[in-house]
Amino acid sequence: MMNLLISLVWIVLKVLLIALPLLGAVAYMTLAERKILAYAHVRIGPNRVGLFGLLQPLADGVKLFFKEVIIPTKANSIVFILAPIVSFATAAAAWAVIPFSPSWILANVNASLLYVLALTSLGVYGIMMAGWSSNSKYALLGAMRSTAQVVSYEIAMGFALVGVLMAADSTNLQDIVLHQQGGFWHWYWLPLLPMFIVYWISGVAETNRAPFDMAEGEAEIVAGFHVEYSGMSFAIFFLAEYANMILISALASVLFLGGWLSPFEGIPFLGPLFAFVPGIVWFFAKMGFFLFLYVWLRATFPRYRYDQIMHLGWKVLIPVTIVWIVIEGLLIQLKVAPWFN
Amino acid sequence: MRSFKDIAKSFMLWELLVGLKLTGRYVLSKKITIQYPEEKTPMSARFRGLHALRRYPNGEERCIACKLCEAVCPALAITIESAPREDGSRRTTRYDIDLFKCIYCGFCEESCPVDSIVETDLSHYHFENRGENIMTKPMLLAIGDRYETDIAKARSDDAPYR
Repeated sequence: MMNLLISLVWIVLKVLLIALPLLGAVAYMTLAERKILAYAHVRIGPNRVGLFGLLQPLADGVKLFFKEVIIPTKANSIVFILAPIVSFATAAAAWAVIPFSPSWILANVNASLLYVLALTSLGVYGIMMAGWSSNSKYALLGAMRSTAQVVSYEIAMGFALVGVLMAADSTNLQDIVLHQQGGFWHWYWLPLLPMFIVYWISGVAETNRAPFDMAEGEAEIVAGFHVEYSGMSFAIFFLAEYANMILISALASVLFLGGWLSPFEGIPFLGPLFAFVPGIVWFFAKMGFFLFLYVWLRATFPRYRYDQIMHLGWKVLIPVTIVWIVIEGLLIQLKVAPWFN
Repeated sequence: MRSFKDIAKSFMLWELLVGLKLTGRYVLSKKITIQYPEEKTPMSARFRGLHALRRYPNGEERCIACKLCEAVCPALAITIESAPREDGSRRTTRYDIDLFKCIYCGFCEESCPVDSIVETDLSHYHFENRGENIMTKPMLLAIGDRYETDIAKARSDDAPYR
């Protein structure tokens, strides 16, 4: 009994150790996004609240916290309240299986790749519930667009993950990282380059970020599925969106850029020089690269038209992944070094 | 039928990379923001803002109540009444400018033979009560007294180009 209690407390502590920094990361991701976007516009972005605007996320949070949560008339209030919770819960729960370093992993389960795929798909329920329960046509349109988009890109993403699964011969994320051992050129981004790009594009589409932000579409449907949300309920959607972005970045670095592995591994001089750097630093550096890419894409590309999104998803990305699965099968059969020997 | 080159280009995401390069360059470029309350953009000596009535260095008011400004004002914003002062000189007894009517064209300043009515570079002013939009003679003189150095400098800066 006592042992059970102690292990339970340990698990809760570990969960907090992941969840709290995640919330902090989300808060500062919003600031980073505003700053980088501003830089791309030749502006300087928020710099008034605290040093370099570092307290801006806190100020935003406090503001949202004191705003009223308005439930629209004839809205289904239970589903309306549940929707942001579902969105955020799925985004947060997926973090349980992300390997941060050789030993830092909350749950080293064997089907963790499938678990992550399942949870990221579940996130769309939050959007659907929000869109349907708000009793607003804009919200419903946003939710419909988002659902169709996420479901379409899920397939391309799934196929891209099949490529990783074939290469690593495992669905355990930690095993996938360990299979990529051997430095920069041994990571899966090179043999699976088309998969990597497809995964990244569909990851951006999955999180409903620009240029695939049809679900929000400020120009035509105001804010899409969360148009009726205010105060903290809106903030939770916001948190969920950014938590999902960070999750997709983490997954991209685990699956294609060798997770916590050092890029200099096996290189004569640089390898030993950087051997002291703990794995988690490499992991965060890779995540930071992808998060920057998210904002960079947003600063660069205009929003897709809806039929173009569908065209890209079904007629380009899925065929590309299928073709590359065949090529990859050949590579594996021929035991092409250094990845598949 | 698209040429092979086009297809290869689109698969290499060539145009997307070109776009990313462009925005990436702007991310690293020097920022042009002017941080307003601390920094301001340069202002022309001919800027036409809030009005003022000036005085001569000996303290005598310049205005001789010729009413040219009242006549030239296209918005009929200026109202002048005049009478002889004790020393016999012709002076205004009333000089009102309605800032709601004023279009800040600067004609009053151009028409003034004694450089009395001028438009300063003050652009930040506001009214909190009804009626405060009417600038009376003492108010205009007070602005003139307060910003005389700025006003004189703006005139002398602009003088070579007139």
